[in-house]
Amino acid sequence: MATVTYDHATRLYPGTDRPAVDALNLHVEDGEFLVLVGPSGCGKSTSLRMLAGLEDVNSGRILIGDRDVTDVQPKDRDIAMVFQNYALYPHMSVADNMGFALKIAGTPKADIRKRVEEAAKILDLTEYLDRKPKALSGGQRQRVAMGRAIVREPQVFLMDEPLSNLDAKLRVQTRTQIASLQRRLGVTTVYVTHDQTEALTMGDRIAVLKDGLLQQVGTPREMYDSPSNVFVAGFIGSPAMNIGSFRVADGAAQLGQTRIPLERTVLSAITDEDKGHITIGFRPESLDVVSQAHESAFPVEVNLVEELGSDAFLYGAIANAGAEAREMHSGAGDAQVIVRVDPRQVPRKGETVWVAIRPGERHAFSAATGQRIAVV
Amino acid sequence: MPQSLQITAAAPDPALLDLPWDVPLEEWPDKVLAALPRGISRHVVRFVKMSGRVIAIKEIGETVAFREYELLRALQRLRVPSVVPVGVVNGRRDASGERLETCLVTQHLQFSLPYRALFSQQLQPDTTTRLVDALAVLMVRLHLTGFYWGDVSLSNTLFRRDAETFAAFLVDAETGDLHDRLSDGQRAYDLEVARVNVIGELMDLEAGELLESGVDTVAIGAALVERYTELWDTLTGAESFSTGERWRVAARIEQLNSLGFDVGELDITTDVDGTTVHIQPKVVDAGHHARRLMRLTGLDVQENQARRMLNDLDSYAAAADRQGEEEEFVAHDWLTTVFEPAVRAVPRELRGKLEPAQMFHEILDHRWYISSEQGRDVPLPEAVASYVEKVLRARPDEKAVLGVSDTAVLPVVRD
Repeated sequence: MATVTYDHATRLYPGTDRPAVDALNLHVEDGEFLVLVGPSGCGKSTSLRMLAGLEDVNSGRILIGDRDVTDVQPKDRDIAMVFQNYALYPHMSVADNMGFALKIAGTPKADIRKRVEEAAKILDLTEYLDRKPKALSGGQRQRVAMGRAIVREPQVFLMDEPLSNLDAKLRVQTRTQIASLQRRLGVTTVYVTHDQTEALTMGDRIAVLKDGLLQQVGTPREMYDSPSNVFVAGFIGSPAMNIGSFRVADGAAQLGQTRIPLERTVLSAITDEDKGHITIGFRPESLDVVSQAHESAFPVEVNLVEELGSDAFLYGAIANAGAEAREMHSGAGDAQVIVRVDPRQVPRKGETVWVAIRPGERHAFSAATGQRIAVV
Repeated sequence: MPQSLQITAAAPDPALLDLPWDVPLEEWPDKVLAALPRGISRHVVRFVKMSGRVIAIKEIGETVAFREYELLRALQRLRVPSVVPVGVVNGRRDASGERLETCLVTQHLQFSLPYRALFSQQLQPDTTTRLVDALAVLMVRLHLTGFYWGDVSLSNTLFRRDAETFAAFLVDAETGDLHDRLSDGQRAYDLEVARVNVIGELMDLEAGELLESGVDTVAIGAALVERYTELWDTLTGAESFSTGERWRVAARIEQLNSLGFDVGELDITTDVDGTTVHIQPKVVDAGHHARRLMRLTGLDVQENQARRMLNDLDSYAAAADRQGEEEEFVAHDWLTTVFEPAVRAVPRELRGKLEPAQMFHEILDHRWYISSEQGRDVPLPEAVASYVEKVLRARPDEKAVLGVSDTAVLPVVRD
């Protein structure tokens, strides 16, 4: 087992001006499950393939443990790319299906059997080892495929969107399986996905990339509670955070008649480049329905209520904000605000409700740079 | 409103609409299915009869289906030997409105043989080696065009007879990616995956007692790597020589031609004092002989079949003392007086057994064999008659191989 280090690792495709991965610095701890996440074209898969040795590293280096593998052949890196290839061999026993790569590598028979048995125990396949794959269920077959990677005892597992070709139900099941399996094995794992829910539920830590640049790396909680910039704020969380560009006047962020008081530290962080504006973000669940008399209450006109049983989400627009309402964005689109409301007391469509941001749950970002402004 | 059935295809065949899309592929009735051998697949795959041809249908996730469809189309444009995509069918629902998986539809490659079907037939001793050779050539061609396969295996390949060898076609592009140029790492990884998969597949045949005895599976995997590397180096390697040896430029091109490749672009540089010349092929295209035969006769055949037919054309020209003539005219006469009569002399009911070009190749082989046996030059019509009776009649039908056990659904094996 080992750590993984990206040290200013850069991948520039010939004929392009902008690196696909730009001076990536990232350290993955021994045994950690790290998820690389971001929209398509952000460089997450390229980063993974650089670690796998499939992409050249144009500058910087990549280390597995203390070993610089930048120029090492893929097969000599001691890594395993795990994909959902469960095309099992029908004439071979489950044990042989799991251990055949070791046999090819010339591993002694007794060692193979021992490693296969260990892997089978972890995968709950012990009783099937001497049967043919025909006897297995779909899920078990998939575990045999995982077993193929496990018996090789690699230093690092690499997974590139392994769930992308599964249907929604199997995806959730397999997600849990992979995460718990990884914890039991304790093998350092780098996992790529475009799905932030997958990232939040599986990763010990998450690294968010955009345009080849690392935006932020941290635990799911850190990413969720203190996103370091507007992009991460909007990307992590579902439904997405409500984010709006507000005018700064009289010590408060204002949008239409909405007035959100700002702390002194936040106000002092505003620069000339911000041109009198600030970006304010608040998650759907950070809003409380309050009375109009509440100090920082603002009105939302209800367009739609989505009831999910345990939760209900209200989709609406900030009322009486005129053209400025368009400065608000959420997971539902422009000029929209999403509010989580008590599923037992849902407002009706067309109604106006007054909401306020719960103390300490408001995020502020520089209008010019998009960087988080900390409330000290 | 529920999403309706949607068919994405470049040239949609209305008959596609008549297929039972509201039924999971696994449960499609026998009357629409074609009994063809299937490879090992991680998805449900079925062969279906439609408008007098056979199509392959695979149930697969929607995004993956569209991705693979586009990739296969790109490979067609690059003229890489691969299955021809027909379209994607999505928005499927069963009778109770439950969502069904998206389907990718491809054309069944006529006269193609999955490796499992080849191993269940009577085999010539070195079939395994020839399959692996064909796979190595296919990989080199894919890598030259910038295609990274990701999951190279015999299961993801189809084979067609090509004179005494095989030509390999890519079937499954699900894990593939098209790049401007592949890195050495990508090529090396693809090759390693191929090596391990091929050995695994052969070990499986061994376990099922389907493999000729005495085959060293690991050595065959190594042979794949060796053959690939050799071919890649010959096709792309740089070479330097002194200015006085400029004939070596022509020699290199000839060497590539003899391997079946044309040189599209050759980089020639000399060093500062002009004493050394460096050459490196930049663009090489497979199908040198096939293209030449196509130009001369309009026949579209595999590379080695073309090579064989061109040789016969040459000996025809020599025998008729027409070597100085325009090649096109001689080729036309050869086509109408040699090739077509020979193929037409084969009884209609036996023509589905082999592709015409492959049949012609075997007829030439047979003529050589009986001529040397009888110590005389057996004329072609006589050779055809003898071939039909002694060889062809006993051959299985290969246009669409029938009656081979199904391997997609893993066969029941009792311990």
